[in-house]
Amino acid sequence: MKEIFVRLDRCLGCHSCELACAVEHSAGKTLFAAIAEKPVPRKRLYVEQVDDHKLPLLCRHCEDAPCVQACRTGALSQDPITRIVSHDPDRCIGCWMCTMVCPYGVIGRELERRVAVKCDRCPDRDIPACVDACPTHALVYVEEGDFVGSVRRAAAAELVEGYVVAQTV
Amino acid sequence: MREEILQRSIDPATQFMLSVAEREHLETAWDRLEAQQPQCGFGELGVCCRHCNMGPCRVDPFGEGPSKGVCGATADTMVARGLLRAIAAGAAAHSDHGRDAAHTLKLTAEGKSGGYQITDEAKLKRLAEEYNIPHEGRPINEVALDLANAVLAEFGRQEGPIRFTRRAPAGRVELWQKLGIDPRGIDREIVEGMHRTHIGVDNDYVNLVLHGLRTSIADGWGGSMIATEIQDVLFGTPKPLRTQSNLGVLETDQVNIIVHGHEPILSEMIVAASQDPDLLALAKEVGAEGINVAGMCCTGNEVLMRHGIPIAGNFLQQELAVITGAVEAMIVDVQCIFPALADLSSCFHTQFISTSPKAKFPGAIHIEFHEEEAYETAKAIVRRAVENYPNRKRACVVIPEEKTECMVGFSVEAIVEALGGSLDPLLDAIKSGAVQGIAGVVGCNNPKVPHDAGHVLLVKELIAHDVLVVTTGCNAIACAKAGLLQPEAADLAGEGLKGVCRALGIPPVLHMGSCVDISRILVACAAIANALGVDISDLPVAGAAPEWMSEKALSIGAYVVASGIFTVLGTVPQVLGSPNVATLLTEGAEDVVGAKFAVELDPVKGARLMIDHIAAKRAALGI
Repeated sequence: MKEIFVRLDRCLGCHSCELACAVEHSAGKTLFAAIAEKPVPRKRLYVEQVDDHKLPLLCRHCEDAPCVQACRTGALSQDPITRIVSHDPDRCIGCWMCTMVCPYGVIGRELERRVAVKCDRCPDRDIPACVDACPTHALVYVEEGDFVGSVRRAAAAELVEGYVVAQTV
Repeated sequence: MREEILQRSIDPATQFMLSVAEREHLETAWDRLEAQQPQCGFGELGVCCRHCNMGPCRVDPFGEGPSKGVCGATADTMVARGLLRAIAAGAAAHSDHGRDAAHTLKLTAEGKSGGYQITDEAKLKRLAEEYNIPHEGRPINEVALDLANAVLAEFGRQEGPIRFTRRAPAGRVELWQKLGIDPRGIDREIVEGMHRTHIGVDNDYVNLVLHGLRTSIADGWGGSMIATEIQDVLFGTPKPLRTQSNLGVLETDQVNIIVHGHEPILSEMIVAASQDPDLLALAKEVGAEGINVAGMCCTGNEVLMRHGIPIAGNFLQQELAVITGAVEAMIVDVQCIFPALADLSSCFHTQFISTSPKAKFPGAIHIEFHEEEAYETAKAIVRRAVENYPNRKRACVVIPEEKTECMVGFSVEAIVEALGGSLDPLLDAIKSGAVQGIAGVVGCNNPKVPHDAGHVLLVKELIAHDVLVVTTGCNAIACAKAGLLQPEAADLAGEGLKGVCRALGIPPVLHMGSCVDISRILVACAAIANALGVDISDLPVAGAAPEWMSEKALSIGAYVVASGIFTVLGTVPQVLGSPNVATLLTEGAEDVVGAKFAVELDPVKGARLMIDHIAAKRAALGI
């Protein structure tokens, strides 16, 4: 199953993912149309900065999702197969329990309707809008095995390089 | 041919060359645009600011994030500052071109330039009269020197007025004065634009936009107009002539030289050097049948309309010319030259030669061009091209067949002459409704728009509705390639316009020159308004830039609107992040300068907006 992964060394903090997310969740689906819409289209991921490091935070669609556990109205539910956590605004009463328990702080509010908003992994798209918009490919949409595999290969390459250097000294 | 290539351009020669590029894995601007997707939304909306190092700052267009930069600048301030800076850059480009022309005239008058001469003495005398410079019984060089100094003084003038702005109808000048946008000097307005957009200076979007208009007027009625007029003095005022357009003008058995860029100061000399008997003999020696100079972009327009030098294409065809494999030298000066030409040329025998001290390109051969030794330098450059001919890889040469006949060179003087000595026949045709109005269609190419489609579809719709089109720049080249610059194109016009064109033997689309020559359109509008005793904003005229991309185009759009002409843009300017600025440009401006912008991506709908505007103006005039 594909997930959205973040390559932590790549983010430049351009916020392109946030814009693309809001546009994807608008009625007009284009930037020029979206900026004039009411309710204002909301982004569902957040670029944060810690010291010099920038990174996008987005819903991890946790296997054991605390937000789903905390939701008292059934507005939040999890697909048993894809594990995607979905939000039904018609059932949401705006109690913000989900916001409180989310470990990443990525459940926001739609002010006009006073309901929660969160990542739905772009059900109408093959590749989520944020991933498509990322100019440095800090966001990638790949199988979990492929992602950790590429991390392992990079780590192995570094180890080997260090080993070779150590051998030649 | 792949559907994607057919979508990129409507010009068959371009489509053909794009398929060659794809086959050979050669990258073009269209590929680079694709690689840039998606483009930054903050930039598209104009709500990012890099004017100081507290930033870069951004305003969140969705209102969730910051609504102000570190200094407190709002989206309105950021968008208006960005627009003013762009207009200042565009005005600077045109005006610096005008300065170079005036400088060349000065050197020529002093006998210090290498190969230039005063070609149109009558025009020199008319301009001298405009500047109150006596010319009766004086040597022509003395008059030319006084005129050169007078126009050069316009750049550094502090308190105005710029002389050519007074060619505008009196009511228009009064309006500019009332609004405080009558320019005081060309360089002054550009410098002040840079000052105002510095951190913590001008933050009021209306005040910023008004200065943008003032700066642009200093371009259209200043720098650009100086470029046009002085170039006419030096190189001759264009007259109608017939020549050819599109990549098919490249020759299989001749040395092909492309002149690309903007200033005829270089291209005129390259054309002259290409006719040098020694170099022609050398060409024969290396096995070529001759030396074929072809133009590209506006320097191409300059030599096209003065000498009938064929034009190989417009902005987006610059790379395709190299990909033909038949170009010995691509010689460039300033503006609209892709730095990508360096890498591309390295795949071919083509020598990419830069000439301006202002414009160097990594990977290019730099042969600096100075007016004092102009002809000698031009000969040295042409010699390199000729000597490069044997390096052409004949098996790799692919020249498209397409070349289209065109009639070009309709300066205001030439139009008046074609009309029999006065504008009256045109005014009568407008009054009778045979010609509903006049549209100036200008501007660039932009790979965001199918190449030439914006230009050609808009112009065809206009002429079909009896709107006479005057054109410059890359629109003019698009129209040439599409066959619209032939008298026979009158068949595509409405009945009224068709009759007028047939009676006069002119095309329904008149080629008025390069992008600085939009000043010719201003002069024509002023003359018509004065003849009718109204302001330009009362005339049944409209403007359009269907495929615009450059900062120069923004300056042009601003001065055309500031002159009172409704203008349709075919690509979206980076201003939508401020609804206030966007509304000012597309609505509020009407109450201020009597004209406004519209943005319409569909060229046919854009033409309809212009046609409706012209109809409304006719009704208001009671004709």
